[in-house]
Amino acid sequence: MNRDSSPPAGLPASIDATVDLLSAGDYVADRRLATALFLSLRMGRPLFLEGEAGVGKTEIAKVLSRALGRHLVRLQCYEGLDIASAVYEWNYQRQMIEIRLAEAAGSVDRERLSQDIFDERFLTRRPLLQALMPDAAGPPVLLIDELDRTDEPFEAYLLEVLSDFQITIPEVGTIAASEPPIVVITSNRTREIHDAVKRRCLYHWVDYPDAERELAILRLKAPEAADELTRQVVAFVQELRGMDLFKVPGIAETIDWTNALVQLDQLSLDPAVINDTLGVLLKYQDDIARLERGEINEVLRRINAEVAGGRHD
Amino acid sequence: MTEPLREVPGGRLAENVMHFARVLRTAGLPIGPDKVIDAIRALEIAGVRRRDDFYWTLHAVFVDRHEQQPIFDQAFHVFWRDPKLLEKVMQLLLPQISGRGEAEQQALNQRLSEALAADRPGAEREQPEQQEEEVEVEATLSYSAQEKLQQMDFETMTGSELAQAKAAIARLRLPIRPVPTRRMAPSSRGRRPDMRATMRATLRNGGRSIVMRRQAPVRRHPPLVVLCDISGSMSQYSRMFLHFLHAITNDRDRVHTLLFGTRLTNITHYLRDRDVDVALEKIGSAVTDWSGGTRIGFCLREFNLRWSRRLLGQGAVVLLVSDGLDRDAGEGIGAEVDRLHRSARRLIWLNPLLRYDAFEAKPAGIRALLPHVDDFRPVHNLDSLRALTDVLSGPRGAAA
Repeated sequence: MNRDSSPPAGLPASIDATVDLLSAGDYVADRRLATALFLSLRMGRPLFLEGEAGVGKTEIAKVLSRALGRHLVRLQCYEGLDIASAVYEWNYQRQMIEIRLAEAAGSVDRERLSQDIFDERFLTRRPLLQALMPDAAGPPVLLIDELDRTDEPFEAYLLEVLSDFQITIPEVGTIAASEPPIVVITSNRTREIHDAVKRRCLYHWVDYPDAERELAILRLKAPEAADELTRQVVAFVQELRGMDLFKVPGIAETIDWTNALVQLDQLSLDPAVINDTLGVLLKYQDDIARLERGEINEVLRRINAEVAGGRHD
Repeated sequence: MTEPLREVPGGRLAENVMHFARVLRTAGLPIGPDKVIDAIRALEIAGVRRRDDFYWTLHAVFVDRHEQQPIFDQAFHVFWRDPKLLEKVMQLLLPQISGRGEAEQQALNQRLSEALAADRPGAEREQPEQQEEEVEVEATLSYSAQEKLQQMDFETMTGSELAQAKAAIARLRLPIRPVPTRRMAPSSRGRRPDMRATMRATLRNGGRSIVMRRQAPVRRHPPLVVLCDISGSMSQYSRMFLHFLHAITNDRDRVHTLLFGTRLTNITHYLRDRDVDVALEKIGSAVTDWSGGTRIGFCLREFNLRWSRRLLGQGAVVLLVSDGLDRDAGEGIGAEVDRLHRSARRLIWLNPLLRYDAFEAKPAGIRALLPHVDDFRPVHNLDSLRALTDVLSGPRGAAA
């Protein structure tokens, strides 16, 4: 452990620098996220991001790779994800042809043949293996997205990869990363990830943004929207998050909704247009029905008072 | 960058971080020595100048579940504010490790107060000088004191009962079939070629002929979520059910258990890897709404809002154990059970009340539940695990 070392080339030197790095990549981060990210970069630990859908977890990895100029290697998880699609696969068709060719040439030296067959030429690298390969731009950013969608066997496999950053291919040997990649793991918490995985990571719960940060994000991501509209949208969404809904809108939905309202040439919110576009914001019929039953007017009245009050300050 | 730390004389910060970790551990967070080392290293790297940086640095290392956030927050503010209090806290610390895991927030707070304040016989005498701090700790601890809290005593299980339980579980066939997963395993009768194994086998015989190897999907029990009613009308069955739930939790993976009466409590972590009597004792004191009324609609809504996305994500089967007698006269049940039904692979209802052939679904709760269940199992004579497993193993929809 080299304690007083200066940061590796290109990595931020302090928490402030991490905040700057993210905002340069158009990501409005709060300081807590920057702290966790900074620590994960400097300690060489994977960053484990958990949170509801649509709060910008995946985006962090994308922004990080852009801002640091590293490649992004993305592994989207799903049930039954296996070594063949996550780590490596042999090109069997070409291997078969190779065997037939050797047969035709009359050479049946088993030792030779198996060396020829399991040559790197026939190896297809999948994301995990790709992330360990040397890269001219520096170690890539490895995004393991929605880890909660896979099953436990894959998690167990991942443990090995994350602790040593090496992968064993029986026919070839062990491939170790010369420099470990920057790892970002996300989970929507549709199940609990095993503690053993979390223990190797730095954990951060990505929460919904507060009004101020959401406003900053909207101004960045939906710049065409009128200022009045942006303020109203933020106040409306913040109000919804306080309600007892099945799925409250994430920041992704807020951006979508604002863009939808811009497309409809809206300069401010009114009940009719909210009614027509509610499906962009809420994804459960129960939630939509509840708002349509008349809560829209009430919420709108509250936020209009709030927005007006905010401007007088 | 590490300057602010060097200002601290004699490494007191490291020592304090260690004490802080001990407080968190006592309060139930799973923090090992490796985390303490990590935390000190992280503080060195981050070079803490600001209080919020200090907070979030420790947070990134010590917290690894969202539920732990409130207890970390409270512990941090109590611990790092008042050195005098800190000393007292350290004196009061007992090596009393409580259950870790995902207890709900009230329980966490209670555990923190056990870890921070004096919850032991000598405590009353120290009361006066401590009052100031206690008020602050207590301000966050005002959980529903108005609710009538009851604890449950379970008789301990005898050796022969234990043996019977094991035998019963071994015989158990839940009306839930293993389902094919997307993961493949080698199988001689599989329909898909296993190219990797084929290639290896082919090379083993020198490449003279291609040896076909096959694979088939692995079959596995879907996750099981049990919602068990512990209200007054169900109390005579509680013990048997809890034994059953303990056995089944340790028999297969992916079983989650929640108890409900007037509120919903997740008891999965109490049931796992523990001696059955220890587990039941823990549950008896952790769950506070034994033998009271039932608010089925409220509790199902609570489940749908807070737990369903986390527990039902992978196609879980839900086993609802309830007599359907509802204090709120069936209010809100219909919509909630409908949602539950639609988010689960299957919804099985086990009802110990329905013991007569001439039973009519009169109570509002039962009428609201019935249209939404896939499988309905009346259970009578529920006095042994054997009877319970027989009912559960029986053919679909059969009356026991």
